[in-house]
Amino acid sequence: MVTLVVAAYPKTSYIVIDEEKCKGCHLCIAACPNGVIGQASHINRMGYIPATVIREKAEECTGCTVCAIMCPDTVISVYRHDRVSTHSAP
Amino acid sequence: MRLETPEFDTVLYHRPESLEDYPLHLCPGCGHGIVHRLIAEVVDELGIRERAVCVASIGCMVNSYHYFKFDGLESAHGRAPAVATAIKRCHPHLVPFTYQGDGDLAAIGTAEIVHACARGENFTTIFVNNAIYGMTGGQMAPTTLLGMYSTSTTGGREPARSGYPIRVCEMLSALDGPAYIARESVHKPSAVRKAKQAIKLAFRTQLAGLGMSLVEVLSPCPVNWRLEPVDAMKWLAEHMLPQYPLGEYKVIEAVAALKKETDHA
Ligand SMILES: Cc1ncc(C[n+]2csc(CCOP(=O)(O)OP(=O)(O)O)c2C)c(N)n1
Ligand code: SF4
Ligand SMILES: [Mg+2]
Repeated sequence: MVTLVVAAYPKTSYIVIDEEKCKGCHLCIAACPNGVIGQASHINRMGYIPATVIREKAEECTGCTVCAIMCPDTVISVYRHDRVSTHSAP
Repeated sequence: MRLETPEFDTVLYHRPESLEDYPLHLCPGCGHGIVHRLIAEVVDELGIRERAVCVASIGCMVNSYHYFKFDGLESAHGRAPAVATAIKRCHPHLVPFTYQGDGDLAAIGTAEIVHACARGENFTTIFVNNAIYGMTGGQMAPTTLLGMYSTSTTGGREPARSGYPIRVCEMLSALDGPAYIARESVHKPSAVRKAKQAIKLAFRTQLAGLGMSLVEVLSPCPVNWRLEPVDAMKWLAEHMLPQYPLGEYKVIEAVAALKKETDHA
């Protein structure tokens, strides 16, 4: 068993927003301490302007989950990259 | 769309199992959505999905049986405590809880909740106080603040005409029946976390058979308050917290012991 360190991920945490279910209430935008989330430039099928991850700020996500905690529609999931994953060496 | 968990990444937050992946009919920024999620998280954490029964009431939470992935029942306006009483007495192994608004619990259903508490029934009540009748278009509720606008107090609530707001937790904690009564809020992340702890303790009170547990959650109704969701949260903190102080209003000794167990765990 050899431990491979996957170094391809420069940031440690990230969020995934289900934009089609977002109602654009901005509670996540107000809650994020690092300004990672902003408004998208399109409207979704429900007619709301959804929240989206600001591309330039994406690296600043610390995975604190406050955006997900404030989201009334539970559209935000938060993940942490596992830099170390174990694979059997061939 | 179903959000798949990436294979190698640690999930820090994901939709609780007990909450359907189904769009909520609530308005943008409505606190009911947060409370729904907290209940689903607690039901998952306590592993009671097979036994939980949501007794929904009349108000904007009327559709909650669509959102929860466990049993649910709709009750007549204000009568959820009577329905939950029947469920608990006939099927003691089930875990019924009522989910009621302020118009439901503190207006048309006042007698029901007072007597359920006085009888010391063994179910849980989640009481969402948004100081307004949300579903019917923003009329005054018994919990509407003095001076607050609603469609039936257009010049602001005036005590000479419409009386004074009811503080439900203070009122019910005067009774001997309830085991646990607390008031929480969802206006900021730390408050939401605390609200979840209170809801969890309320369910654990029921599971331990200690008696009636009630958690009041202060929650925004941005549409009928005529505020943006973010401003509604600020308004809640500024105006509702002084009128409805957060905290535990009744914790009997057995519940305090139960709470200590978690603190040490
Ligand atoms: C017997 C009866 N009377 C009146 C109504 C009308 N009605 C529906 S919801 C509601 C008030 C709900 O307010 P609240 O419980 O605060 O819920 P919210 O929508 O604010 O969450 C009223 C009066 C009704 N459905 N049934
Ligand atoms: S009317 Fe108020 S309580 Fe009802 S869904 Fe809209 S914001 Fe929520
Ligand atoms: Mg209400």
